[in-house]
Amino acid sequence: MINFTEVMETNAMIEKENLDVRTITLGISLLDCIDSNISELNRKIYDKITRTAKDLVETGMQIEREFGIPVVNKRISVTPIALIGAAACKSADDFVKIAQTLDAAAKTVGVNFLGGYSALVSKGMTAADRFLMESIPQALATTERVCSSVNVGSTKTGINMDAVRLMGETVKKTAELTKEQDSLGCAKLVIFCNAPDDNPFMAGAFHGVTETDAIINVGVSGPGVVKKALEAARGKDFEVLCETIKKTAFKITRVGQLVAKEASRRLDIPFGIVDLSLAPTPAIGDSVAEILQEMGLEYPGAPGTTAALALLNDQVKKGGVMASSYVGGLSGAFIPVSEDQGMIDAVQAGCLTLEKLEAMTCVCSVGLDMIAIPGDVADSTISGIIADEMAIGMINQKTTAVRVIPVIGKGVGDIVEFGGLLGYAPVMPVNAFSCEGFICRGGRIPAPIHSFKN
Amino acid sequence: MNKTIITVVGQDRVGIIAKVCTYLADNRVNILDISQTIVSGYFNMMMIVDTNGAVKEFGAISEELTALGIQIGVIIKAQREDIFDMMHRI
Repeated sequence: MINFTEVMETNAMIEKENLDVRTITLGISLLDCIDSNISELNRKIYDKITRTAKDLVETGMQIEREFGIPVVNKRISVTPIALIGAAACKSADDFVKIAQTLDAAAKTVGVNFLGGYSALVSKGMTAADRFLMESIPQALATTERVCSSVNVGSTKTGINMDAVRLMGETVKKTAELTKEQDSLGCAKLVIFCNAPDDNPFMAGAFHGVTETDAIINVGVSGPGVVKKALEAARGKDFEVLCETIKKTAFKITRVGQLVAKEASRRLDIPFGIVDLSLAPTPAIGDSVAEILQEMGLEYPGAPGTTAALALLNDQVKKGGVMASSYVGGLSGAFIPVSEDQGMIDAVQAGCLTLEKLEAMTCVCSVGLDMIAIPGDVADSTISGIIADEMAIGMINQKTTAVRVIPVIGKGVGDIVEFGGLLGYAPVMPVNAFSCEGFICRGGRIPAPIHSFKN
Repeated sequence: MNKTIITVVGQDRVGIIAKVCTYLADNRVNILDISQTIVSGYFNMMMIVDTNGAVKEFGAISEELTALGIQIGVIIKAQREDIFDMMHRI
């Protein structure tokens, strides 16, 4: 039988160390909504989402009440819209209408974000893919809850450099169209390499075509719990450090597994995966950076940071993998800047640079995330940043991503407020030398030699 | 059996257990186990209860216990046992 100490330990994690279930994400396939008539398509999409997700938010709240664990976000991911809209959309404007339908459906069911305004173009772009990508700035500027992602490369296909170039321009246009809100649109746009089909985390969530009709994926979090556990391991060797992280990750993930199974049972929708992630928020004590500091770094960015992050990411996976029957998504440690007070402090102290963050993305769970850069950075430079990040993912067979925000009208050192879970960020300097000639070549980078495993 | 864990934490005073137990009895919630300590003046109690025969929904009991806690100056939480089982038992 459960004892007093165990109950108190769990409740201390929840009350004092910010343990929560970060998201219950309901993946919905829209493949059966495809229609060549745009109005009919929009009607079917709205109906399917509002029908499938009608009890999602209430179920999340019920679980929160009964188990005493906060379920912070209830969200939806849908099949990449470039596929769903291909038969009906004859222009970028047609795709914007779908984005608005998605936004309306998200509001009706009460979720705070809906992901899947996406295109998968790691090898080539169809006309519809191109329309969708061109429509992203307008779509994000005229909707509130829609999130967009584009997969431009993979280890199996190489990198679609035409798409990389187009996304550099798209990020900048999105920034322009949302400049009244500190270019907030870019916080809802991710460019991926090796994007997973079952990621529950925004802004990059979409419901892959390999998935079933509807599925429940859950993302857990709890960097504060790991930080607290590591306080007891101060000065101890790496074996103790790693064991402590592993055990803590196991406990955190068990809660995710419970919530995922419970949500699945109550909604009568199959359970997909638990994403074992340490996802920080701007709240004090909910920071991945603080874990790195607890390990012995003055600030993230100091020499040793990549090694510290590598072991953290690996131990989180090792601890979490046994705690859940199915793991997936992004799983590991996220290193967003604006969503992590410790990262913001490190940037402001002059310790953390874009280049060091890039190195850290080789070993973290995703990539360059929520980084504010000056609004006058060239489109081709953004494409260059994307290309570098995609190359890291392609060669290392891992998921990488770029979510940078060129903040129109702001320069290095200015502070940008995104609000809520998105936090705030100091604008970081970007290498000013040009990569225009490289980005403008066109075509694609071939898949690496180690992708040929057949 | 659906077991629920009730925790009560706060400044010690006369009648905390009586109040909580009376509420549970009134609502036909059966107490299976109680452990309680005082740590530097702070009252810590954990109860394992069976809510199967309860006259109210779990959500209502949970809310009313929270309200009772506010009334007597302690924090009362009711949670399904599964969250602790999952975390601490393989």
